Amino acid sequence: MNTIYIPRDSSALSLGANLVATAIAREAESRHIPLEIVRNGSRGMFWLEPLVEVATDTGRIAYGPVTPDQVASLFDAGFLGGGQHALNLGLTDELPWMKQQERLTFARVGITDPVSLQDYIAHDGYKGLRNAIGMAPQDIVQQVTDSGLRGRGGAAFPTGIKWKTVLEAPAEQKYIVCNADEGDSGTFSDRMIMEGDPFVLIEGMTIAGIAVGATQGYIYVRSEYPHSIVTLNLAIKSAYEAGYLGREILGSRHDFYLEVRRAAGAYVCGEETALLESLEGKRGLVRFKPPLPAISGLFGKPTIINNVISLATVPIIMDKGSVYYRDYGMGRSRGTLPIQLAGNIKHGGLVEKAFGVTLRELLYDYGGGSASGRPIKAVQVGGPLGAYLPESQFDTPLDYEEFSKLWAVLGHGGIVVFDDTVDMAHMARYAFEFCAIESCGKCTPCRIGSTRGVEVMDKIMTGTDHAKHIALVRDLSDTMLNGSLCALGGMTPYPVLSALNHFPEDFGIHKKEQVA
Amino acid sequence: MHDQMARIESHIESHQHMAGALMPLLHAIQDDLGYIPEECYGVIAKALNLSVAEIHGVVTFYHHFRSHPPGRHVLQVCRAESCQAMGCGALETHVKSSLGIDYHETTSDGSITLEPVYCLGNCACSPTIMLDDEVYGRVSPQQVESLLANARRENP
Repeated sequence: MNTIYIPRDSSALSLGANLVATAIAREAESRHIPLEIVRNGSRGMFWLEPLVEVATDTGRIAYGPVTPDQVASLFDAGFLGGGQHALNLGLTDELPWMKQQERLTFARVGITDPVSLQDYIAHDGYKGLRNAIGMAPQDIVQQVTDSGLRGRGGAAFPTGIKWKTVLEAPAEQKYIVCNADEGDSGTFSDRMIMEGDPFVLIEGMTIAGIAVGATQGYIYVRSEYPHSIVTLNLAIKSAYEAGYLGREILGSRHDFYLEVRRAAGAYVCGEETALLESLEGKRGLVRFKPPLPAISGLFGKPTIINNVISLATVPIIMDKGSVYYRDYGMGRSRGTLPIQLAGNIKHGGLVEKAFGVTLRELLYDYGGGSASGRPIKAVQVGGPLGAYLPESQFDTPLDYEEFSKLWAVLGHGGIVVFDDTVDMAHMARYAFEFCAIESCGKCTPCRIGSTRGVEVMDKIMTGTDHAKHIALVRDLSDTMLNGSLCALGGMTPYPVLSALNHFPEDFGIHKKEQVA
Repeated sequence: MHDQMARIESHIESHQHMAGALMPLLHAIQDDLGYIPEECYGVIAKALNLSVAEIHGVVTFYHHFRSHPPGRHVLQVCRAESCQAMGCGALETHVKSSLGIDYHETTSDGSITLEPVYCLGNCACSPTIMLDDEVYGRVSPQQVESLLANARRENP
């Protein structure tokens, strides 16, 4: 029987993967060719989606991007045997994009059938959990700490330290919450895990539960990700049926129950305390800290709240050891980062690399430059609250500390590319506008400051009292930066001021004036 | 309306014992009816031991929830940075003028409600839109036009 792979990933679907799958099934039927179509995750080469892979004796051969009207010609060319065709890209694993990556968290994405537990186990799945079950909770937490893993949601807080706090907090009930409210523009790695390898997230959460004595987990997924919710629920169901979730997991004394909860389109709920409020059924208002969620989190109980990628990285650490993971990376940024290339980029998608790769390598070697073919003027790294970086900073290695030296952030690893047609004053205005739309309203600098920011930017852009308003936008940014309760108001100045500092000409400031 | 209330009450019954029941309950009601009628705030409040103000507060806080019925189809256009870098501004202008409505409005024939959205996680395939539950990537104004034309032709 021939086996082919067509992704079920949202991005592949957005480019017609379902239509291609239907066309291929129909064509195979009319030619009386028995065919198994596996709906895998995406390999992350989105300029080639829908990417169809054919299993052959030498490995999987990729064809893409496939449209339904090319299907008949693929059959004519004998693509099921790896036949020559204009869309034949060769062996998937030999494509430079794939070959040069260091896929640890994404090891199985695109390779396995995401909803097949059997396939997951056949590809090293649940090895980490089996190890963890035999370990003392302190040792699990120590192994995660030793791996150097830091929160991949954006804050980069050491995961093991967070776990240790929850482990040591005495309570009858503790919770594991997965933050899957991936609202940053330019990011989709959480989504790709949930749609491409949901079991790895389930396994990571289960290990977290065993490590700190939590028996209930929630995955808070954005409502904009309907396909992720479906895939997760299918995987959770199989995990329950096979004894990987529920009472006495794999015959151990550990129970762990897991449920998906749907968010409702509020960006601020990606902030951990707002997310907890939302899970409790309230408005997503940011909480004061302390107390930390690790001490008093969901329903007032000690709670681990981690991003999808952080949790999905735990299984490989528990399987291959902390040293294996820690050996990747640079400085205090250990391991790998799933980087997402987005916006105006020729080859957009998912690149998992050890920390230390430079922006320039990502933008040009992987990304192939801009999609428009025009020069890249700026990139925004780390979502809508991340700084804009100009070309002169493209040699910066991806490393939390190196970025922080530039007054920039890595965040969740999203890189949005802009060509030279972008107006950076417009982007600064948009940063304030977005903050105004998404502010939870609890603190004044964010709630009022964002709206005043839009107004001041409008005056700058029309040249009204120009110098005065440039000074005002800096002053306002200072207030938001230092006076906001959470990162939404507190980091909106990053895109605003980086745009102003690196691209003053877009704000009507001439270089000479700036020096003066 | 009577039928609607009966359906809402059955959702309340199946959700009210969940921890943090309000969000899943509101989703269930909106998935079923297309919106969350203000008339039901009272029964929800009573069942969950909350105030009507709290229900109103939650429904209005979240962009996804609506307290009025939408058009037969909902078109969401992504306005976030990645889509802006690929020209969603022009797409927005085109869609608004071709539908003759602004964001948060519904066409006069009741077929399309237009909403902005801030990221659909399809950022390597910008610009992106979502029509009902389907995401479409790398869309041109013409493509959106034809999707909308098909959607509008369908009977309610």
